[in-house]
Amino acid sequence: MAMAVHAAQKARRRSLVSYLLLTMALGSVFLGIKVVEYSHKFHDRLVPGPNFLFSGPRGEHAELFYSFYFAMTGFHALHMIVGIGILAVIVWMAHRDRFTADYYNPVENTGLYWHFVDIIWIFLFPLLYLVGHHG
Amino acid sequence: MNTSEHIVSPRIYLAVFLALMLGTAATAWVARFDLGQLNIVAAMAIAVSKATLVVLYFMHLRYGHKLTWVFAAASVIWLVILIGLTMADILTRALG
Repeated sequence: MAMAVHAAQKARRRSLVSYLLLTMALGSVFLGIKVVEYSHKFHDRLVPGPNFLFSGPRGEHAELFYSFYFAMTGFHALHMIVGIGILAVIVWMAHRDRFTADYYNPVENTGLYWHFVDIIWIFLFPLLYLVGHHG
Repeated sequence: MNTSEHIVSPRIYLAVFLALMLGTAATAWVARFDLGQLNIVAAMAIAVSKATLVVLYFMHLRYGHKLTWVFAAASVIWLVILIGLTMADILTRALG
């Protein structure tokens, strides 16, 4: 994404389109991994609700954790889906040669949004996947 | 309005990207040790450094207008207020 903004600033249309498509592809890979991860959770009955089943002690704490897990990763994934949708519009505009070295604000703003969602993940990943493994 | 904007060189983007990957590796590595309460401190310290890199370089704050800095600082202050008030509740529950 950062390289796409760079290409836009330099008015390199072809590399702008390529970098945007690459961003969308990598975002889709991330979402694909999430789909696999979620289906494992459903299979292991770790989704909070009447079917929740946790074999270890303090099951109600585990259920609370998985509520946070699904709410936070779910909203993050939702923002990424929106981001990929915005990127689809931007890549179409770039393909139609709508941007110049003087006018690329939509690309820049899409980058700001995408990087913000990235920052959320920088915090969510250690909080949900790493911290508390020793407790 | 974009004509005066600073263009960040791809080499800086690459360096930042590698630093972020290194940070992710460090986060995963440090989580393997049982440091007690320090685990969350270490993870959040690395995360804050990574977020700072993203904001400064990928979001171009480093080359931004002073007004942009004011807005960025204002949102950080607001975040500190929100987290601070939440922690004021959680950390004092044992007292009640």
